[in-house]
Amino acid sequence: MTTEITFPVNQQDITSFSKDRNEPKWFADLRLSSLEKALNLELPKPDKSRINKWNFTSFDFDAKTAGGEDFSKLSDSVKSLIGEEDNIQNLIAQKNGVTTFKALHDDLKNKGVIFTDMKTALTDHEDLVKKYFMKDAVSLDENRLTALHAALVNGGTFLYVPKNVEVELPLQAVYSHEGSFGLFNHVLIVAEENSSVTYVENYLSEGSNSEAVANIVSEVYVADGASVRYGAVDNLSETVTTYVNRRGQVTGRDASLYWALGQMNDGNTVSENTTYLVGEGSYADTKTVSIGRGKQSQNFTTNVIHYGKNSDGQILKHGVMKDSATSIFNGVSKIEHGATKANGEQTERVLMLSEKARGDANPILLIDEDDVTAGHAASVGKIDPIQMFYLMSRGLSKREAERLIIHGFLAPVVSALPIESVKEQLYDVIERKVY
Amino acid sequence: MTKPNLTVKDLHVSIEDKEILKGFGIEVNGGEIHAIMGPNGTGKSTLASALMGHPKYEVTKGEATLGGEDLFDMEVDERARAGLFLAMQYPSEVSGVTNADFIRSAMNAGREEGDEVSLMKFIRQMDEKMGSLEIDESFQHRYLNEGFSGGEKKRNEILQLLMLQPQIAILDEIDSGLDIDALKVVAKGINELRSEDFGCMIITHYQRLLNYIKPDFVHVMMQGRIVKSGGPELAQKLEEQGYDWIKEELGIEDETVGQE
Repeated sequence: MTTEITFPVNQQDITSFSKDRNEPKWFADLRLSSLEKALNLELPKPDKSRINKWNFTSFDFDAKTAGGEDFSKLSDSVKSLIGEEDNIQNLIAQKNGVTTFKALHDDLKNKGVIFTDMKTALTDHEDLVKKYFMKDAVSLDENRLTALHAALVNGGTFLYVPKNVEVELPLQAVYSHEGSFGLFNHVLIVAEENSSVTYVENYLSEGSNSEAVANIVSEVYVADGASVRYGAVDNLSETVTTYVNRRGQVTGRDASLYWALGQMNDGNTVSENTTYLVGEGSYADTKTVSIGRGKQSQNFTTNVIHYGKNSDGQILKHGVMKDSATSIFNGVSKIEHGATKANGEQTERVLMLSEKARGDANPILLIDEDDVTAGHAASVGKIDPIQMFYLMSRGLSKREAERLIIHGFLAPVVSALPIESVKEQLYDVIERKVY
Repeated sequence: MTKPNLTVKDLHVSIEDKEILKGFGIEVNGGEIHAIMGPNGTGKSTLASALMGHPKYEVTKGEATLGGEDLFDMEVDERARAGLFLAMQYPSEVSGVTNADFIRSAMNAGREEGDEVSLMKFIRQMDEKMGSLEIDESFQHRYLNEGFSGGEKKRNEILQLLMLQPQIAILDEIDSGLDIDALKVVAKGINELRSEDFGCMIITHYQRLLNYIKPDFVHVMMQGRIVKSGGPELAQKLEEQGYDWIKEELGIEDETVGQE
């Protein structure tokens, strides 16, 4: 069955958009060919979720945002995430894809670190972007949404860390979304040999709520001996439908990638997070926490795919479902033939707070090699009435008791997150979402 | 402050349609310590759970008031805030919530916004009470009851009792699983609370605890109600002679109510 699909943006729109941004020709061409592909490709098929009725294609493409670098013009909700101006060292703030503030410490600049918006990167660091953009981690013709993403990229960040450079302070990016804008945000991180870096991003909604789309792709490349910590707090409003695909190519020997993802959107969300452990002795650690509420439906799929010998992949996911929220938690540890001595471990836990809430945890081990170790654990359960009785018998209201149980349920993940600022932001978001 | 009072009249309680309590009555006032004794399976723990509002127990008949207010008209948390406390036989474990956070939340639950216990005052009180219960410093940072030994859980119940200072406390077999040293420490904690502003109902089937906490009244439960009451000497007699003489005296063949 084929259904006619239309996009709110046509070839002419894309051509003039690309021209306004002074993009290189190869990128303008890539946009156009991707748009063509998007028409013919299917939506992604996240396991156990039906998303074909979701809105991924109806949105506004005008950012209605003036650029600039004026800190004082940033909104209060953005400021609350980034702190005082004087203390800001490394930051990119964008609203509807348009950069509104940018800072990178001189010391890092001098060491050759690049931390800039995608628009600037495409002109100033064209070769590097061309080498990595939607090649090995996420390919643009995977599905309709990745193709549409490549056609319409209108925001995002490029982070490049040269060989042997260790960046101590986290680099932060704040992406705010407003109105019915379709945000196509692309994050590209390249960590060269023996480098290390921590990147933290926030997605948030501002202003009035309208039907909108966020189509997010992140690609992380980790070379020999390099280490990347990637933290995210997704907090888009209930009217935003989100497709977010974060992938890591851990190609280097003994390279490591840590994901710390707070998946706190209020709208329908498909989140894929995949790490390819290609390098020998490479390591992936994925920790995610989620709270579902209202009527939202979400699918969180985490894949760790082992190619490298002695590679080690860890997945830990905890989710709380309130109201009539539905979430599917898929965890896949895949060990390819030849990845001897690989180890894959995963745990998914879901706590449901109401009769109407639904949660599903699916741990999957796919193993095509004999000489490996792997393990999984999963649980889905309702809040324990005896536990509630105990807490309430000390005078805590039902709400307060639930609040403690939720914090307690998520704490083993949150407290183990490798990035301090993500921990703190998550505590705040959890606190707000629990009530 | 009016003197604490818990009055229970003709209480009938069922669990899964099986009647366990069959006409239980008692009055506990501030300054009084009542011991509820009796063999296993006579309804003692059901009494404790039902008064606190355990979701599995259904009150089918009778009444209970706390300071004149209808207890069964209140939610569990309202009963606690009205001044009732139950030290449980099997306290729940709550992962991820530290003991200190929990106790502080509980202390603040009964207070108006803006009148919360200050952190300094809280820490001072915790230190003092933990000291008197000979509880290790690390206790407060551990998750609530998680991985606690039986004895640690019991001490934690008493720590909460001392911190929350309720009007009426029910201690449900707080002595079971405690060695003699722990028992003395727990008894010391409870004795500290003894005053006109505090009434207590101690449920136990050993007389042992009563060597350290002298009760004002001793009641014997059989078949879901009190069958005999007396003073401390009654506990002594039970220790020496067991329960059979009461059964004989009252013509009771089976003292149990099927399940506890």
